[in-house]
Amino acid sequence: MTEANGSNGVNPDKDLNAENLPGRRGDQGEPVRVQRGMFGANNGGDTTGYGGLVRPVRLPGQATRPYGGWFDEVADELEGALEEQSLLPENAIEKTVVDRGELTFHIAREHLLRVARTLRDDPALRFELCTGVSGVHFPGDKGRELHAVYHLRSLTHGRVVRLEVSAPDSDPHIPSIVDVYPTNDWHERETYDFFGLIFDGHPALTRIMMPDDWQGFPQRKDYPLGGIPVEYKGAQIPAPDQRRSYS
Amino acid sequence: MTAPHATPSASARETTEGTVYTVTGGDWDEVVAAAAKADDERIIVNMGPQHPSTHGVLRLILEIDGETVTEARCGIGYLHTGIEKNLEFRNWTQGTTFVTRMDYLTPFYNEAAYCLGVEKLLGIEDQIPDRATVIRVLLMELNRLSSHLVAIATGGMELGATTIMIYGFRDRELILDIFELVTGLRMNHAFIRPGGLAQDLPPGAVDQIRALLKTMRKNLPEYDKLATGNPIFKARLQDVGYLDLAGCMALGVTGPILRATGLPHDLRKTDPYCGYETYDFEVPTADTCDAYGRFLIRLEEMRQSLRIVEQCLERLEPGPVMVADKKIAWPAQLALGPDGLGNSLDHIKNIMGTSMEALIHHFKLVTEGFRVPPGQTYAAIESPKGELGAHMVSDGGTRPFRVHFRDPSFTNLQAVAAMCEGGQVADVIVAVASIDPVMGGVDR
Repeated sequence: MTEANGSNGVNPDKDLNAENLPGRRGDQGEPVRVQRGMFGANNGGDTTGYGGLVRPVRLPGQATRPYGGWFDEVADELEGALEEQSLLPENAIEKTVVDRGELTFHIAREHLLRVARTLRDDPALRFELCTGVSGVHFPGDKGRELHAVYHLRSLTHGRVVRLEVSAPDSDPHIPSIVDVYPTNDWHERETYDFFGLIFDGHPALTRIMMPDDWQGFPQRKDYPLGGIPVEYKGAQIPAPDQRRSYS
Repeated sequence: MTAPHATPSASARETTEGTVYTVTGGDWDEVVAAAAKADDERIIVNMGPQHPSTHGVLRLILEIDGETVTEARCGIGYLHTGIEKNLEFRNWTQGTTFVTRMDYLTPFYNEAAYCLGVEKLLGIEDQIPDRATVIRVLLMELNRLSSHLVAIATGGMELGATTIMIYGFRDRELILDIFELVTGLRMNHAFIRPGGLAQDLPPGAVDQIRALLKTMRKNLPEYDKLATGNPIFKARLQDVGYLDLAGCMALGVTGPILRATGLPHDLRKTDPYCGYETYDFEVPTADTCDAYGRFLIRLEEMRQSLRIVEQCLERLEPGPVMVADKKIAWPAQLALGPDGLGNSLDHIKNIMGTSMEALIHHFKLVTEGFRVPPGQTYAAIESPKGELGAHMVSDGGTRPFRVHFRDPSFTNLQAVAAMCEGGQVADVIVAVASIDPVMGGVDR
């Protein structure tokens, strides 16, 4: 592949979405970062000769039917229940991922509340217990940097599903599901505290862990860890985020 | 016209130290006047964050009218140590050292949830040696005993029943002795590692655990004799901290509080991990929805844990305690050397004198760590306090991209308002003790 191809979307060095390439492992799915070189060292000179390797790292992508086990049943029920509410399932469910024996629905944020209520109330779904929300910050996932991840547990059917909702850094709003799952009160406050995700409709979205006047959102990837070098047996050990690291 | 709360410009005077401003303030006069006018007995009390009965640094903000609590709120975050952020700057194996410090009364559960998550991400659940899994279950169940003993002991102490406290900590000490023998530490073990265990049981451990089982079988009935039928104890606990099934579901409450509503939900039965489906034990429930029911459940769970530990001892077969895959198995060949440090001399001789490849592998695994394929997982286990879940995301690197712990104490603590409002101030203590929150886990 020559440098001249670089601009027309076929050079994998330049464009992760290049199309005329042989199939690769994990070819679909969101690219979250780009791995360069073979050994993952991110500082110091490269003397290995492998420094030119470029490989996009992708999260598992859209699954195809059948999903297997009870996953199809839950997906069918959810799609059917959404249709009954005259909401097109493909509008609400952006993507369905099956990975490592777990089922994930990526939900469009404007439909999150409806989907959560359906999952809780529909007798065939009946996910009564929400185990809270966890934020994830993907600076490399442009336009959907901030993710909120919910795990719903059905005691009736003995199942767990994951809902994933994303919002861009520039508009970090996601509807609150405290109305459906009151347990998310503190969980959403925690996610707001650490990621700056604003849960619209939350009764009192304030910081919960950090002091009220804290600046910034500590769990975002661009927020430094901090720390000071320490001396150990005469040597200076740099702060954890300054040490040599591999990816 | 001035705004109603305009601050009169601060008057200034010159002194030798510079200008001194006298600031008078805002609407404080009105606040004070309103407070003075109020003729009821409504006051707001800050309980904690250093009150001894609040289980660490929990701050309770109570609005009380006479002896009745009209509103109860929790202030948390005083023990936030940024464990989840720190995990993103260490490799996957080092993570156990951090997570074991979250809920410091249930270190093995934190480690197990974390390691089960890492193993799921790696896809090596099936390769974990049986012996490692059995020892994990054994340590977890002993840990359930020690955690419940603290819950009962501190709960009793807060009522003034110091004998229960002495008994509880006496028995817990016996269990911590076992932990010390097995892992070298009483708490914060970092013993369960991704792929297995840091090392095998030391000689004599099985005998000591058998002796412990015998002692505990003798000691557990003492709590029954002391407390279960004790009229004062019952009067303080019964119908206090009431939370029914609907309340538990809505607030996401799990563990003994949920089982005290009559629902036998226990992840060891409903969503088994570590081979719990092959152990013979029961899930105790109560139907009282109150602090007394939770106490009885904890007591019965300790007996069930003894049964599981006994079955673990019978199942212990010699074998490895770490996955065979040398790309994952941390080269933890530990033995107590003459210098008191833990590296096995044989292992050092091998990597320094015999095999350069072994040295390279050791070096790379320790400095870089292993890579975990990209993706996410949720590993949940039944800790003594409820559902302990670990949501872990990997970006294919040697460090976690994101780890979030769903700590049961954090979620259960939300129930304080529902349990305490409308009750007596003294019952707040009982209700909080029956939740058994550990702030290290709540704040992480």
